[in-house]
Amino acid sequence: MTALDVRQEHGGRTSVAAARPRRVRSPYSYWFYLPAAVVYGALFLAPTFASFYFSLTRWTIFEHEFIGLDNFVQFFQEPALIKGFVNTLIYAVVTSGLKIVLGLLLAVLLTSQIVARGYLRSVVFFPVLVSTIGVGLTFTVLMHPDEGLINKSLALVGIDGPAWLTDPSYALLSVALVDVWKGVGLATLIYIAGIVSIPGEYFEAARVDGAGRLAVFRAIVLPLARPATVTVIILSLIGGLRSFDLVWAMTRGGPGFTSDVIASVIYKQYQAGFYGLSTAGNVVLFLVVTAIVIPLYGFLNRKEVDQ
Amino acid sequence: MSIRPSRRLALAALAAGALVLSACSAGSLGTSDEEGTTTVSYLVDNEASTVKTAEALVSAFNAKNSSIQVKIETRPQGGEGDNIVKTRLATGDMADVFGYNSGSLFQALKPEQNLTPLDDQPYVGDLDPAFKVTVTAGGKLYGAPNGAAMGGGILYNKAVYTKLGLQVPKTWADFMANNAKIKAAGVAPVVQAYQDTWTSQVIVLADYHNVAADQPDFAEKFTANQAKFATTPAALRSFQRLQDVHDAKYLNKDFASAKLEQGLKLLADGKGAHFPMLTFTVATLAANSPDKIDDIGFFALPGDDAAKNGLTVWEPGGLYVPKSTTGAKLDAARQFITFVVSKEGCDIMAGASTPSGPFVVKGCDLPDTVPAAIKDMQPYFDSKATSPALEFLSPVKGPTLEQITVEVGSGIRKAADGAALYDQDVKKQAQQLGLSGW
Repeated sequence: MTALDVRQEHGGRTSVAAARPRRVRSPYSYWFYLPAAVVYGALFLAPTFASFYFSLTRWTIFEHEFIGLDNFVQFFQEPALIKGFVNTLIYAVVTSGLKIVLGLLLAVLLTSQIVARGYLRSVVFFPVLVSTIGVGLTFTVLMHPDEGLINKSLALVGIDGPAWLTDPSYALLSVALVDVWKGVGLATLIYIAGIVSIPGEYFEAARVDGAGRLAVFRAIVLPLARPATVTVIILSLIGGLRSFDLVWAMTRGGPGFTSDVIASVIYKQYQAGFYGLSTAGNVVLFLVVTAIVIPLYGFLNRKEVDQ
Repeated sequence: MSIRPSRRLALAALAAGALVLSACSAGSLGTSDEEGTTTVSYLVDNEASTVKTAEALVSAFNAKNSSIQVKIETRPQGGEGDNIVKTRLATGDMADVFGYNSGSLFQALKPEQNLTPLDDQPYVGDLDPAFKVTVTAGGKLYGAPNGAAMGGGILYNKAVYTKLGLQVPKTWADFMANNAKIKAAGVAPVVQAYQDTWTSQVIVLADYHNVAADQPDFAEKFTANQAKFATTPAALRSFQRLQDVHDAKYLNKDFASAKLEQGLKLLADGKGAHFPMLTFTVATLAANSPDKIDDIGFFALPGDDAAKNGLTVWEPGGLYVPKSTTGAKLDAARQFITFVVSKEGCDIMAGASTPSGPFVVKGCDLPDTVPAAIKDMQPYFDSKATSPALEFLSPVKGPTLEQITVEVGSGIRKAADGAALYDQDVKKQAQQLGLSGW
């Protein structure tokens, strides 16, 4: 999307707003919406509102008792939660940051004229297609402190590798690195689409002006791939905040509580039969994700328009 | 605080929906009875030896009874299994007979509401009173023993003990002194396998006999929110012991990444001398290291006072019949349970897999062929030096104990801090159960 396009789009938006009063009548009767509305209402709206109610109760599967905001008070007193909260933020920022940097660099590489470009693109994207649990279990084996391939390879060059998943100071970062390995393909794909859509004229003009590769990257690719960056940040940040499957497959939040994230804390409450408490946790997670992502989205989009 | 029928219906529908979503089919519910044959479904967890034992029992029972056919269903273990059992009970969809824990987890099933009492059954008089307490709610007995009792304590390598000329310790100080000698001989004194997190709890839980020896009313006060782990010196010592073996560097090098079976192998091969464990793992040991099983012995977790030395015992799980099973099925279900707790049933169970300890039914004796580690438990029973584990005396057991003990046992958190954290954890459980005083 070029700067010019943006301005046009901006102008276009005002004209739509002006046209709003004389909206064209939809050719479909409202009854047409009913099937979708029923499905959406039954599977999404009703459970969402039910969860708001149940988060205010202490319920077993057999009965429930209304206890007001006690679950939320309890949830915020949960010592594992503070740890889980910090870990979630670290995890989201680390995975999101690395995916942006690596994704952009890989995309630049994979849009240049190199041999076997199509093959390399599929290789980078391949981990995205593999089941997360499968990836987690595989890396758990690879990262075993004594028998894992990673530490055995490191030993060959004389490095004593750490206990990736069982050392409290490395466990969370190890999982985050695997998440990056698995997710960077998607970021690369989005960046490739972003870079390819930059019109060739800009590159030609830059070359005529005598710009070097680095200058082209900084002045053309980086700013004009901004929509791609926004998408990658939003997707990977949301993914990081609600990450669960990989953490669970690799460490189950362990050792102890050291790699617990919010989602795994909530899951453990559910597993322990504290249904009200875990529902409250999910409501909190929902609010946290919303509170982070909506302003961020607005901020990133505003920047885009201002240019 | 019972809820109105319409709400219960909605809740049931929700739960049923969850059941479908989690893709756990209800399996054969034994609806169609052909020509006088009653089909009874029997739900067990999917642990290999549980399934093997259940299959042996069912095939013997079915062969004897032409008019009743028992069919086995399996469910996952652990928290997921708990949820399936609760969901199926809540929706009236439970198997006719099901195996589940006794003690605190049994209490969480709301037995009065969901289960059929078994008080009037002929075998009740033969059951060990200590077991009966763990399956009783509101003065009624709801469960029959499913298997044997087990002990929590220290599995040890007798070959290492003989080589170093050591004696079975009666006090914690003796135990630590043995550990020092074992370490000097180049053997890991204490094996831990924290990759299977539940194993980290054993020192704390198996120390309960010592806590009870010091504070006989601890369980009662603990349930009533009057005694805490962090502020009761005897109870805090359980956490301290877990920390001590780590701080003294007595653990195997790979304690953080080892799994249970690897830990058992270290012990069997004599690379580790002690393994704080529950005796049901002796079956695994016997299966994986059949040539070394005679080297393995067992002693209770040592406390402060040699005179009060004794064993913490886990009662067997129970067999239960849900309220939803009625009529001919109920009779058939009762017949099957009567068979399981008979002498014949015990012999079949003992033959199917290594028993974890003595049976709790009068007349059921252990065969002479059981491994030495299991025989080592008998003297504690004979001298009545046993206490049930805390989870059988109090419904309050915090779900995150295993994470806390991993942290205390790996030096991430101090014992006092871990005990205090556990006290907070049990508060949630007590509130969820609706106990008074919390």
